[in-house]
Amino acid sequence: MRKLLVAALVILSSLWLSSNTMAETKELRVLLANHPYGDLLKAAIPEFETATGIKVNAESLQEGQLTTKLTTEFATKSSSVDVFMTRPLQEGKMFYKNGWYEPLPGFDFSDYPKNVMSVATFGPKSYLVPLVTEWQVLYYRKDVLKDAGLKVPENFTELEATAKKINSDSLAGFASRGKGAAAVTQLSSYVYNYGGLYLDNGVAVFDAKPAVDAIRFYGKMLGNFGPKGVTSMSWENIMPLFQAGKIAMWTDASVFYGQVVDPAKTQVAAENVGIANFPAGPKMNSPFIVTSWGIALAKQSKNKELAMKFLEWATSKELAAKGMLSNITMARSSVWEDKAILAKINPGLVETRAYAAKNGNPLDRPYMSAVGEARDLIGELVIESINTKGESVSLEKMAKEKVAKVNEILQDTGEYGK
Amino acid sequence: MSQSSFTERNLHILFPLPAIIFVAMLMVFPVLYTLFLSLTNWNLTSGAPLSFVGLKSYARVLTEPRFLHALTRTFVFTFFAVAIEGVLGVAIALILNRAFVGKSVAKLLLLLPLVATPVAVGIVFNLFFDPTTGLANYILTSVGLPQGLWISSAASVLPSLIIVDVWQWTPMITLIVLAGLAGLSNEPVEAAHVDGASEWQILRYVTIPMLMPVILTAMILRLIDALKTFDIIFAMTGGGPGYASETLNIMAYKYSFEYFRMGQSSVILVVLFLVVFGCSLGIMKLRTSSEI
Repeated sequence: MRKLLVAALVILSSLWLSSNTMAETKELRVLLANHPYGDLLKAAIPEFETATGIKVNAESLQEGQLTTKLTTEFATKSSSVDVFMTRPLQEGKMFYKNGWYEPLPGFDFSDYPKNVMSVATFGPKSYLVPLVTEWQVLYYRKDVLKDAGLKVPENFTELEATAKKINSDSLAGFASRGKGAAAVTQLSSYVYNYGGLYLDNGVAVFDAKPAVDAIRFYGKMLGNFGPKGVTSMSWENIMPLFQAGKIAMWTDASVFYGQVVDPAKTQVAAENVGIANFPAGPKMNSPFIVTSWGIALAKQSKNKELAMKFLEWATSKELAAKGMLSNITMARSSVWEDKAILAKINPGLVETRAYAAKNGNPLDRPYMSAVGEARDLIGELVIESINTKGESVSLEKMAKEKVAKVNEILQDTGEYGK
Repeated sequence: MSQSSFTERNLHILFPLPAIIFVAMLMVFPVLYTLFLSLTNWNLTSGAPLSFVGLKSYARVLTEPRFLHALTRTFVFTFFAVAIEGVLGVAIALILNRAFVGKSVAKLLLLLPLVATPVAVGIVFNLFFDPTTGLANYILTSVGLPQGLWISSAASVLPSLIIVDVWQWTPMITLIVLAGLAGLSNEPVEAAHVDGASEWQILRYVTIPMLMPVILTAMILRLIDALKTFDIIFAMTGGGPGYASETLNIMAYKYSFEYFRMGQSSVILVVLFLVVFGCSLGIMKLRTSSEI
């Protein structure tokens, strides 16, 4: 019995000792997104580990699940996350308000454009480093347009006429996201080009005529020329159809370009896929250009020094250059000025970015804490408009109701009029 | 007082204690905590600390048309899914209870959906129901029928989800009823034969009434599960298009993890708990009264 006790004590104490030494080894927990840049970081982490001796435990999650996981861990104060990828437009305000971001006073932000930094900064401090930018473009089938003797549409009137002409039972003339909340980001450029906005200085205004007209036009295009069942389609449903050659024109974020020209993933030859500026609307041409992903330090991290080291490495110019060469459109300005890099990436991406950077809008959704709920409400308008092919008689009334609801939410969260 | 006598005198408390603690921690606590949260305004998007607001969240959620639609939808989905599964499940069990060539293979094939993961089932059916590239529309077209929009239209999404639920869970009813059939005594059936009853009469007046307690047990299990269905709906539609397939469980998920209104989400969960509890009690009562 005595021997057994001694043995148990020895085992227990050695376990305790080893757990203590574990704590002393430099370790970080990093949460990444299932995004091409997240994948690139994950693959490069062994280099960081060898160079610094810091062990990195990286987890990759789909974007919605990443927000849920971070929120649950931070809200229950049980998190051991040190560094995480974050979507500034979707969760930035909420994370900032709850104090989950660590400010980054020592970071050199000089390589980031001002409009990109606008969503990373709250008050005088910056809380996240922008990683990737996206802007809206028009993807189109060069062969289809050529066969029909049509040129690439440059405005909404031409877009409609072109879609009408090439639409058939086997080929949808036009596609864009139709799945309620998911459509809100892609609808935004239509709203801007009609002269409307989702929010104006913290007040919902998408019941104004320009915005409602834009929603009608979006519904008319998708209802008449969109793929079947478009009201349940987000990009993950539309992209495979485009790759299968069943869609002629598609407006969505620039981030998908790499995948629609990847011969391993598409049945349409890369030389038949075109990328063009988003068409102009009746009022202007101001497509969204947004910081879709950033990276931040967790406020409750116990290893902030090590975490900062990781963050600096993950946002380095070298990795940004690597990202660019994998068709990831990085947020750093310098990589877009580096001739060696520009020579290797698609000129269509360079041109559409230059256009959007000059004329674009830095938001693609209502910028507020409760953005998920607001997107669902606007999404209802999108679905109504698509189902009625833009002819809905109750769209104005519905828009007023949704605006009232969004304003109520803004008041609830203390953001109304701010 | 010696320790051993204390133990001996309190055996009736001490022995079940671990089980009671286990139930309290894993079942009672979460329910009570949800109830507590439902009386607060915990909302992560406001950044404000949690505060007690009484029944305010109830008033807000229960009067929302979206909530009432979700409640109705939960009942419609459950009613049709469980009714169809009940009828089909019993019919298949009765067929499988007879001797025929290839019976064991048929049994095995029929039980396969039961072991499939609901999320995987959802993904496969999503491909199957795709209006442009899916097999469902291909089959319809090849027999000359018009194509459907399946889960992509508000009108057909609920029936499509019911089809998937029926596909996956009918075997469970079959399995339970088969076990019940195996345990039935043959004498009443033989006696009915001697009395000159037809096959239909034997089924209607002898076999089914004798099986009723088993059928109802199977139905209760399915009913509780169907009311709480989450995985299939979430994987296939996420409650869409719009809110057309949003049941209470999906709505509660969205309120918690997309809107971060934890207090109001708890209200929905409390209602769902009461609905499941009430329905189970009702059917259990029915079962007691049907027992011979």
